[in-house]
Amino acid sequence: MLAVIGLLGFGLLSKGRAKIAVGDPVPDKVLPALPGPGRGSIAEHRGEWALVNLWASWCIPCRQEAPVLERFYRRNRAHNVTVIGIDVEDNRDDAVAFLHEHPTTYPQLRSVGDERSAAFGSSGVPENFLVDPEGRLALIWRGPVDEALLRRRVEPLIRGRARH
Amino acid sequence: MLAAAALPLVAALLTLVATASAAAPKTSVTEIEGEVMCPICGTLLELSDSPQAQREKAYVAKLVAAGKSKAEIKDALVTQYGRSVLAQPKASGFDLSAYLVPLIAIVVAIVLLGFSVLRWRRTGSPPDGPTAGAPRGADAERLEADLSRYDL
Repeated sequence: MLAVIGLLGFGLLSKGRAKIAVGDPVPDKVLPALPGPGRGSIAEHRGEWALVNLWASWCIPCRQEAPVLERFYRRNRAHNVTVIGIDVEDNRDDAVAFLHEHPTTYPQLRSVGDERSAAFGSSGVPENFLVDPEGRLALIWRGPVDEALLRRRVEPLIRGRARH
Repeated sequence: MLAAAALPLVAALLTLVATASAAAPKTSVTEIEGEVMCPICGTLLELSDSPQAQREKAYVAKLVAAGKSKAEIKDALVTQYGRSVLAQPKASGFDLSAYLVPLIAIVVAIVLLGFSVLRWRRTGSPPDGPTAGAPRGADAERLEADLSRYDL
């Protein structure tokens, strides 16, 4: 009986979602590219700043966020900065249709189910993670980003590091 | 001549029948919605109307209309949304207890049963069971007194 109670207690304390923090290595995995073919990972962008964006086609704020991220990508691409979209908890056809409707030129990957959301300790979409050139998390933003936030919070981090 | 002319018509009819049977629904959207989850909402798909659930329902409806079977649709849902789309607990975190608690309960029950059987075999009678044979001592006296009151 004590073992059962202990197990239940342990289960309640560990919800099965990863806890990540600024300074941790970014959770990474080789994933299928969207719309494909091919595969990709965050590690391929080591040496660059990468803004990892978790999104889904059914997510309404993601529709406003996609063009903002595209502008950020184009504005900073020359400064060794990339954006990596990861479609989560979605079906592929809807995700491809979303990218036709909201075209992006930055790399897009697809995670089946909630596997990547769980790895990032995500509780919803969109969520954004700034990864430094060494592959460590520099900023965790659990929600949509807009121009103001990118200019106020993300770009100073990138430029600050670039000066060193 | 007539047979030669009828041949393409028969072939076309057969193709039409085959296509129609392939696309005929083998299950219903309602049936599937009652058996799979909306992974984001954590509820059965039929109970949710969130944006993700609406897209999942549309995907199910497309597969039903294409004549896919229930098993094929569930496989496709797992491919798209992962195993959490099936109404089965995950084998991690709190959900792990759904698998472990029954297992532990079975092991504990087997151990307790084993101890009881061993104890019963040692004593020669089930533990705490009724004792066989005639009453003795105070019990025998009380029985005699009771019987004498009902002088049958």
